[in-house]
Amino acid sequence: MGLETMPVSKLHAESSYDPADFPVPTGREEEWRFTPLSRLKGLHDGTAAPTGNVVIDVDAAPEVTVETVGRDDARIGQAYVPADRVSAQAYASFEKATIITVPRETVASRPTVVNVRGLAEGAGHGAAFGHILVKVEPMAQAVLVLDHTGGAVYADNVEFAIGEGATLKVVSLQDWADGAVHVSHHHAQLGKDATFRSFVVTLGGDLVRLSPSVSYSAPGGDADLTGLYFVDAGQHLEHRLWVDHAVPNCRSNVTYKGALQGEGAHAVWIGDVIIRAEAEGTDTYELNRNLLLTDGARADSVPNLEILTGEVAGAGHASASGRLDDEHIFYLQARGIPYDEARRLVVHGFFAQLLEKIEVEEIRERVLSAVEAELAR
Amino acid sequence: MSTLEIRDLHVAVGDKEILRGVNLTVSAGETHAIMGPNGSGKSTLAYAVAGHPKYTITSGSVLLDGEDLLAMSVDERARAGLFLAMQYPVEVPGVSVSNFLRSAVTAVRGEAPKLRDFARDLKNGMDALSIDSAFAQRNTNEGFSGGEKKRHEILQLELLKPKIAVLDETDSGLDVDALRVVSEGINRFRASGDTGVLLITHYTRILRYVQPDFVHVFAGGRIVEEGGPELADKLEDEGYEAYVKASA
Repeated sequence: MGLETMPVSKLHAESSYDPADFPVPTGREEEWRFTPLSRLKGLHDGTAAPTGNVVIDVDAAPEVTVETVGRDDARIGQAYVPADRVSAQAYASFEKATIITVPRETVASRPTVVNVRGLAEGAGHGAAFGHILVKVEPMAQAVLVLDHTGGAVYADNVEFAIGEGATLKVVSLQDWADGAVHVSHHHAQLGKDATFRSFVVTLGGDLVRLSPSVSYSAPGGDADLTGLYFVDAGQHLEHRLWVDHAVPNCRSNVTYKGALQGEGAHAVWIGDVIIRAEAEGTDTYELNRNLLLTDGARADSVPNLEILTGEVAGAGHASASGRLDDEHIFYLQARGIPYDEARRLVVHGFFAQLLEKIEVEEIRERVLSAVEAELAR
Repeated sequence: MSTLEIRDLHVAVGDKEILRGVNLTVSAGETHAIMGPNGSGKSTLAYAVAGHPKYTITSGSVLLDGEDLLAMSVDERARAGLFLAMQYPVEVPGVSVSNFLRSAVTAVRGEAPKLRDFARDLKNGMDALSIDSAFAQRNTNEGFSGGEKKRHEILQLELLKPKIAVLDETDSGLDVDALRVVSEGINRFRASGDTGVLLITHYTRILRYVQPDFVHVFAGGRIVEEGGPELADKLEDEGYEAYVKASA
């Protein structure tokens, strides 16, 4: 736990499309101090050769259009300006972008699945860079799955531009192979009365640093950001949430929960929320919980809420990291349930409420069995 | 016929000795009441026998049908036929009552019950204890009132059918109606005659519903007097004062 951070307003002041506008991180910066830079394979200092191979294919709902476009497409970069060095590097380096559009007033009949597959096996491969734009036009509704698998050193930006009265539900699965490195920004820009639901599941990879952010362009936006992670020995899984309330009467709710086990398992959760002076009537809550299943695992959790108006509907945060509760385990064992099974039940219970929120049945089953597999290790 | 034998049991929490030589034998078909003032070590006896990690056995033995309970893990003791109804049942977030109970029944019986049979047993058990069937989907003990938690403990007792049940202040915090419902559950459990009950209580009230065969007075970490049901009446009239002074 480290609460000695700068004001939120200062932390997110910089943004640029050009990596040269950001100094190369040294690890002492507030936004980089938890990330092991030596494991980023050069994504942060310009030394990563762009020779990696990550393929994207989209299995789209019939109502949804999918385009692969060049760097010059004017729609790209409208909703989001890169907020750190790696994000700007990804923006400067991608060759093709994927644009997914849900037309006005259309309700997509099934989830659109974006498969992001890394083709690197073993070490010695270069980096890959990507860009995805999801445009949900006014009054449209869609469910999107981002499914990351395979081996890669990958940096990308994902823009969600959600129009007036539209709804987008996203499940992003970081199910990378061992050794993968992924640094990603997900930015959602919500129009008037737009609804955004994000469910992030991070399980695999050597280092994953995912920064979901939300901004509102008009009142009435409603964002719900949920995350589940399971960190094994040696893994670094980092989630950096950033919600910018700059217009009145919007809502945000952040709930991230993680379990950690094994030597060197490291989880980082940063929850930055600002309620600016103009954002009267904001309702926000953020929560992070970490369950440490073994010795040698470490969780850093930093909620950071800055309120610049006196007129809020609700604002709060909570963070707690703890071990398995001996009393829970004793109670279950006292009913004959063996230790391993008791532990499984308690960890399932820890994640249960979150899992219920995943609306895509296959994904929920897959996450459930992934948690099972982690516990069986 | 099952027998729980506690022999010269000494138990410490940290450096502090709480139990100082407890001897007690509970056989199937018998109901024993342990009565005593707060802080006399009654609950320590219950938790130590069940294997709670906070309590250290410094000497003595506990045998269930000749098997050394103290050599077993907490779950092995339960599967051997010991049950502890807790004074403060633990809330387990995210684990539903039905999931918890099915896991427990599966573990104790050594095989998963048929889903239909289990659903029927659960419903009957809940009806008998006036537990709303909606509780099956709620998280274990979470948000339950004191009375609901105790009924839930007795529901487990009836589903798991142990050889020996230790009931730790199951009567505390119950109103008269709940006390009657819970007592009826205990009486159903012991009606078969092949189970033993060790009822730990501070008050004589529950003994009017659950008649004991033996009463033991606990003070200063050991049993200081033993008798039949009439001893409970004496305690009702005179209180624990004489025993507390004698053991101090």
